[in-house]
Amino acid sequence: MAYKFFPHTDDDIRSMLNTCGAKSIDDLYSDVPDELVFKEDYDLPEAMSEIEIRQYFDYLGAQNSKLTCFMGAGCYDHYSPSVVNDIVRRSEFLTSYTPYQAEISQGTLQYIFEYQSMMAELTGMEVSNASMYDGCTATAEAMMMAVANAKKRNKVLISETVNPIVIRVVETYAKFHGVVVEKIAAEGGVTSRADFEAKIAKDDVAGVIVATPNFYGILEDYTGWADLCHEHKALLIMNCVASALGVIKTPAEWGADVAVGDGQSLGVPMNFGGPYVGFLCTSKKLIRKMPGRIVGATKDADGKRTFVLTLQAREQHIRREKATSNICSNESLMALYVTIYMSLMGKKGLREVNELGYSGAHYLAEKLVKSGKFELAFPDKPFLNEFAVKTTQDIDMLQTIGALEGFNVGLKIADDTMLICVTEQRTKDEIDDLADLLIDPLPEEAENEENNNETV
Amino acid sequence: MSKIIDGLYYSESHEYVKVDGEFGYIGITDYAQHELGNVVYVDMPEVDDEVAAGEEFGAVESVKAASDLLSPVSGTVVEVNEALEDEPGLINKDAFENWIIKVELSDKSELDGLMDAAAYKAMIGE
Amino acid sequence: MNNVYYGKLIFELSKEGRCGYSLPENECADYKMADLPANLMRAEAPALPEVDELTVVRHYTNMSNNNFGVDTGFYPLGSCTMKYNPKINEDMAAHPAFTGLHPLQPAGTVDGALEVYYNLQMSLAELAGMSEFTLNPFAGAHGELTGLMIIRSYHMDRGDVKRTKIIVPDSAHGTNPASAAVCGLDVVVVKSRPDGTVDVEDLKPLLDDTIAGMMMTNPNTLGIFEHNIAEIAKLVHEAGGLMYYDGANLNPMLGKVRPGDIGFDVMHINLHKTFSTPHGGGGPGSGPVGVRKGLEQFLPNPRVMKDDVDHFYVENNDKSLGFISGFLGNFAVIMRAYTYILTLGYNNIKNVGPLATLNANYIKESLKDCYELPIGGVCKHEFVFDGLKDKSTGVTTLDVAKRLLDYGFHSPTIYFPLLFHEALMIEPTENESKETLDGFIEVMKTIAREAKEDPEMVKSAPHNTPVRRLDDTQAALHPIVTYRELQAEA
Repeated sequence: MAYKFFPHTDDDIRSMLNTCGAKSIDDLYSDVPDELVFKEDYDLPEAMSEIEIRQYFDYLGAQNSKLTCFMGAGCYDHYSPSVVNDIVRRSEFLTSYTPYQAEISQGTLQYIFEYQSMMAELTGMEVSNASMYDGCTATAEAMMMAVANAKKRNKVLISETVNPIVIRVVETYAKFHGVVVEKIAAEGGVTSRADFEAKIAKDDVAGVIVATPNFYGILEDYTGWADLCHEHKALLIMNCVASALGVIKTPAEWGADVAVGDGQSLGVPMNFGGPYVGFLCTSKKLIRKMPGRIVGATKDADGKRTFVLTLQAREQHIRREKATSNICSNESLMALYVTIYMSLMGKKGLREVNELGYSGAHYLAEKLVKSGKFELAFPDKPFLNEFAVKTTQDIDMLQTIGALEGFNVGLKIADDTMLICVTEQRTKDEIDDLADLLIDPLPEEAENEENNNETV
Repeated sequence: MSKIIDGLYYSESHEYVKVDGEFGYIGITDYAQHELGNVVYVDMPEVDDEVAAGEEFGAVESVKAASDLLSPVSGTVVEVNEALEDEPGLINKDAFENWIIKVELSDKSELDGLMDAAAYKAMIGE
Repeated sequence: MNNVYYGKLIFELSKEGRCGYSLPENECADYKMADLPANLMRAEAPALPEVDELTVVRHYTNMSNNNFGVDTGFYPLGSCTMKYNPKINEDMAAHPAFTGLHPLQPAGTVDGALEVYYNLQMSLAELAGMSEFTLNPFAGAHGELTGLMIIRSYHMDRGDVKRTKIIVPDSAHGTNPASAAVCGLDVVVVKSRPDGTVDVEDLKPLLDDTIAGMMMTNPNTLGIFEHNIAEIAKLVHEAGGLMYYDGANLNPMLGKVRPGDIGFDVMHINLHKTFSTPHGGGGPGSGPVGVRKGLEQFLPNPRVMKDDVDHFYVENNDKSLGFISGFLGNFAVIMRAYTYILTLGYNNIKNVGPLATLNANYIKESLKDCYELPIGGVCKHEFVFDGLKDKSTGVTTLDVAKRLLDYGFHSPTIYFPLLFHEALMIEPTENESKETLDGFIEVMKTIAREAKEDPEMVKSAPHNTPVRRLDDTQAALHPIVTYRELQAEA
């Protein structure tokens, strides 16, 4: 039975069975009725060596296309410094579990404390949990938190300018949790103030979910929204792009009660969709209503400053069906990515990342619009590094040709509209190449013209 | 051995009612606080909330446990013990002195269904 | 352990003017972020630390030294299946042909990734005896919730809307009732018999036309195989309910029993337990959910499918319960689990369960003279002691757990399940050698002796760890959860 992960020699097995008073390992399954035992071989491949596995994944990898990424929509191609990936692979972090035994888990507990501190700084909120699965589920958890907080209300409003990928997860949770989700209409790329005012005035809303920057990359003006929510006893929940919070007005500055979102944009690779890391920050007043793990500071028997999981009595392993959420763990290792990333980028780095994205995106937008083949979907609306453009060209065709040329040109969000994002990783050459491709996707004619010119 | 006070009414889920005219002070017993350990948080209702006999009106939490508070009687909350917000450990110091809510009783006959000190003492086996 | 750096937070290493990054020059600098309306921008930069790169590296390297992982030593944490996380898994998860993929990349540019997803879900279906899996759920608890949503969708689709209750054994993990509550189901508890298995007689009266289904962990949280499972499944099915298998304890079943063969309709698997993906200090995990034939249409969107010409594609289904994740789950975790299955192959994977079970029984039999074994007989991959046999010393399960840390072992799971007062739940995995187990057994016996000879020393353990026992009462009474609060306190 010995294999590279199984150290058992035949002698070991004999001697251990002897201690157990059993003749064979099958004896240890004597409590399993024979008719329930699986007696065949699994229909799976035979064991592969490391060499064969590498070859196989190289083959599979070759079926993917590595594209220069101009797509955002909730997942962003930011740069993650080498330090991040190096540290997160340290096995002391990687192969540990939830830090129940605080005395031998200070590494994990401390970085979670640092993570909470950094997320609180970034969002401006007072407290943060230890992280959640992703931005979509964190928003759904915030929705349930608002309903639990309101006690007798079960309606939540969500702006149509929130990323539809987030909305559909919130709607799924709501459907099963008995929450009614009503949309607040979008007008010209931003949430309709009039529709919001009409719906909040009914005094039956537990929470209101809006986004910053919103799905179209637009920075909306939420002046007065929090006051109106609070006047009608609803929580204001703000779904944010984490990286942008380095420069844009924070949920706390808008007066929000809960800030949620995905931390992927802070040093986590795109990884075809996961793992990412959801964040959820709130006020001290609502800390006990907050789902998920929390790490707190305390002292040990010698008076040394230490960190420990705290407020655990809110959690599923103690409160069972009355817990604030069913979440057990956090997305710990991904929180470590974020923590190291923010340690390196510091106060100024995030600003610089956003500045580069802003410049590249505005340069590209202007170039596309000047061509006459594109127009901004929402002209005059302020955006950071992501924007929607309208075109009469076939967007599917642009994507296909783009992919052949090595570009992920952006996301089709309507028949005539696409969403494009520029991060600090995109060089001016790449932006120029993309612009050329989008403006003139079938350049054969141009080449022919050139050839004609030569002959003339 | 836990402290038990004569003249109070006790529930099977370890809450007590101290009756004062039309009002009742509700808290958890000394036995309950001892079982729970250091109380770190008391989740309390708001003034004017209605409570019903046998139904949950809050919870007490220790570090590694939480216990729902079941109201022994029905009525309207007229006061909550705000001192517990800052210092929940008062319950460990004296569970009978530090009641949790004060209720205007809506049906005093409900008290007949509760235990007296002797019966409660027998129930907890002391 | 090097404790020179212990205790400093990264914020406390910050000095204005230092920086730990470099970025390219702005080639489009004519476009300035300062042109954005000031009222949409934050007033002050976030108070993040300013540190140089080496300081960051040393800080986190030294912090890691205050941690204990499977690579550090034996980690018999019951119910968590802390098996070895093979290094090749990490290399494959970091394969550059996969890590740079955007989840919404156009069809035809991610075929390799979809093939990995599809192949893993089919491998899990084969191992579990199910028809199809979704790999979208992010963790075990998320899988449970997804599975319960499938059960509710099944009943709603049939117009059977009154089925809003779910039966959960009293020995179940707290996540089961918590997931049920999130899913809008009311929990009905069924009692255990003295031998730790579900009391079938207690179950019968609970079964009526309001029951959506029943959740079971098998072997249960005591490490005992629910031998009445066939009868239980029959009863629940006759009452119109579905059977949910909580895959927390799937490991001992590998090579022996497939949940789909013994009456379960819906189940989840924790890839971070049974399929060797690292626990990462508490995530990222992955909680694939499988269904038997006839329930596939209720799986969450998006679904990865294969057509007749072996072409992979993503599909959204109208009957689906909806979306429970942004994209296709924790893909990098999926890469690791698939690598593990390929590494073991059918010829080794069948030995996982038997060897894990052998290891658990070996420890149980070796220690039952010193520790109270409340339920005798064979166990599966784990078992529960109810504290020390000699209760007169006043040494509790917590003390034993802390003393183990001094000897370089991680502690077992303690005070769970709740059926016993001093529960000590031990799960060695199939990766541990007889020598490691013997070392652990020896130390457990030593601690039992110390409890008699020097109880105070055991009660004040640990003594050799980076920090001593913590004041968790103070932490819960006055929560300090950010550096800013810590500063305000000082």
